[in-house]
Amino acid sequence: MSQMPNFFPALPEIFLLTSTCVLMIVDLSAKTIRRQRTYVLAHIVLLGCAFLTYYTTLDVVSPRPIYTFSDLFVNDLMSGWLKMAAYIAVATTLVYSRQYLIDRGLMRGEFIVLLLFALLGMMILMSANSLLTVYLGLELLSLCQYALVALNRDSAASTEAAMKYFVLGALASGMLLYGMSMIYGATGTLTITEISHRVGVLAGNTGDRTLLVFGLVFLVAGIAFKLGVVPFHMWVPDVYQGAATAVTLVIASAPKLAAFAMAMRLLVNGLLDLAVDWQQMLSILAVLSMALGNITAIAQTNLKRMLAYSTISHMGFVLLGLAGGMVNGNLLNAGDAYSSAMFYVVIYVLTTLASFGMLLLLSRAGVECESLDDLKGLNQRAPWFALIMLIVMFSLAGVPPAAGFYAKLAILKTTVAAGQIGLAVAAVLFSLIGAFYYLRIVKLMYFDDASKSGPVTAHADMRVLVSVNGLALLALGILPQSLMALCVASIKAL
Amino acid sequence: MFETAVFCVFGAILLFAGLRVITARNPVHAALFLVLAFFTASAIWMLLRAEFLAIALIVVYVGAVMVLFLFVVMMLDINVERLRAGFWKNLPLAVAVGGILVAEMTAILAGRYFGAMPSTEPAGYSNTRALGGILYTQYAYPFEIAAVVLLVAIIAAIALTLRQRKDSRRQDPGEQVRVRKSDRLRIVPMKAESHDPSRAADNAPEGANK
Repeated sequence: MSQMPNFFPALPEIFLLTSTCVLMIVDLSAKTIRRQRTYVLAHIVLLGCAFLTYYTTLDVVSPRPIYTFSDLFVNDLMSGWLKMAAYIAVATTLVYSRQYLIDRGLMRGEFIVLLLFALLGMMILMSANSLLTVYLGLELLSLCQYALVALNRDSAASTEAAMKYFVLGALASGMLLYGMSMIYGATGTLTITEISHRVGVLAGNTGDRTLLVFGLVFLVAGIAFKLGVVPFHMWVPDVYQGAATAVTLVIASAPKLAAFAMAMRLLVNGLLDLAVDWQQMLSILAVLSMALGNITAIAQTNLKRMLAYSTISHMGFVLLGLAGGMVNGNLLNAGDAYSSAMFYVVIYVLTTLASFGMLLLLSRAGVECESLDDLKGLNQRAPWFALIMLIVMFSLAGVPPAAGFYAKLAILKTTVAAGQIGLAVAAVLFSLIGAFYYLRIVKLMYFDDASKSGPVTAHADMRVLVSVNGLALLALGILPQSLMALCVASIKAL
Repeated sequence: MFETAVFCVFGAILLFAGLRVITARNPVHAALFLVLAFFTASAIWMLLRAEFLAIALIVVYVGAVMVLFLFVVMMLDINVERLRAGFWKNLPLAVAVGGILVAEMTAILAGRYFGAMPSTEPAGYSNTRALGGILYTQYAYPFEIAAVVLLVAIIAAIALTLRQRKDSRRQDPGEQVRVRKSDRLRIVPMKAESHDPSRAADNAPEGANK
């Protein structure tokens, strides 16, 4: 108790916290509305975090989890690579949203500061090894998100979305806490590694098992809310539509990585001995999400709302990957299943960045690119960006050369390997339904006449990054092995 | 045995108070029932021999948070009728869902006992010291995160509510010091006024006609 904890594994978090506080003070002296200095500093901070994460976690010879702070914090390959992905997502978000925010007078220091604090919450969540740190990380992340949605305070839609998000989020936090208290009551510990030892003993006893499963139901509900899967999806469409597009991008991208990490920590690291129970729950949630997400998205005319329903269906796919780990009581399929789910989440985040980035690129001062009609005839106005959007839509739909295809294929492969043929067939069917509304956008871009005229005006950095983002989807679709290898190694080292 | 009886009484009061918080017609009454709920919860903590937490709950929540909350509730002119417009319409569904939830939860957990009785501590054992001991050593990391959560709450509250008033007569001393002659003094070039009385008399009617 008297000795100092090992601070080394937590260097990225410590660096991010201190530099964000410094950033906040530096921002006080910002003179122009563009906030050039804060913006550049934020990118430098992210670069520093990436370096530290590489140095502390990824640049080690034997990838074993390192625990510190009385086992409340864990650093392993999965948290390291997910953090790397989160830095990339946040940096990309900053570049994409900059001009949009400046045009609307929303480029305030708070946006950047809250974004960085949200990143801190995600990192805490990814490295959590205790129910307490999971909860605190989640609250930090959620609070930043509520505030970011409400930041556009002159817009009634944003305020309403923030209110809904806040109330439903509080309810979900309550459920998660209730589940945690049950697990704590049954096992007598908060540390996740310790829970997994004790659950192994307790799961054989019927009475204790009932209590554990009872807690598990509420844990799954909390995770499902964070991922936004049916029936805890109510907030997703309203918040995506109501928030300013830049904020939607913040919510839709990196936090999904954190939610995935939370599911892995709680369910796989902590309660693997109850996998039979939670796999059933996840399968039901997955099928419902894929069904509702894909079918409802067809009826949407608002692009942001359509992408929200598409998110719901994609998160269903992720759950399908998580649900295929344990087959007949053995874990042979677990490595494949969890790494394909991780691959899917990373590809999904990359695709979301590109799709919302495109919406931001097409929006100008006073012009929102929100409805399907805004994309009509994009090929005539900007053939290059129409091509990028085509790749993004193909990736979302799962059409072969794009990365989304391989991600879906990997999940389906593990689902079939787990013997869940019915689930796999359902997933394919709903993906087919989903392909309709993605391809409709392609049709609008290429075969309809433009309702708007004028070329696309955007800054060079954004044009380049959107292009790189879109081409990365293509490259990862053709050569997915390297990213897949990273995911496999991360899951193996758990 | 006696402790169990006391616990049951407090538990019943807590449940009743919690129910009244959401069913009381008057928001002030609801806030007062929330105070009662906090009080009873702290009494239950007292039963578990967590004296410091019990006192902290009363001092922080009842003493500070709820008083502020009551002030706000009294200040706001809440239209109770409009607030409760959908209450009776939604009540049957809410009661049904809530009832099923409660029934299912009791069915699962009924008869099973957690058995987490407080251990007897030696005389001179200080609850507060034990809490402080682990709060700043073993749980320093979550403690820091909780601090960051509060910092974010402050930033968010300021970002969402701070507005520059349009009618503010605030002075900016820096701007006042930096002022230069050209900012305040305007030199208007004009022709010299003529002092010839005859010309002036000629001009006057002309000006009037214009």
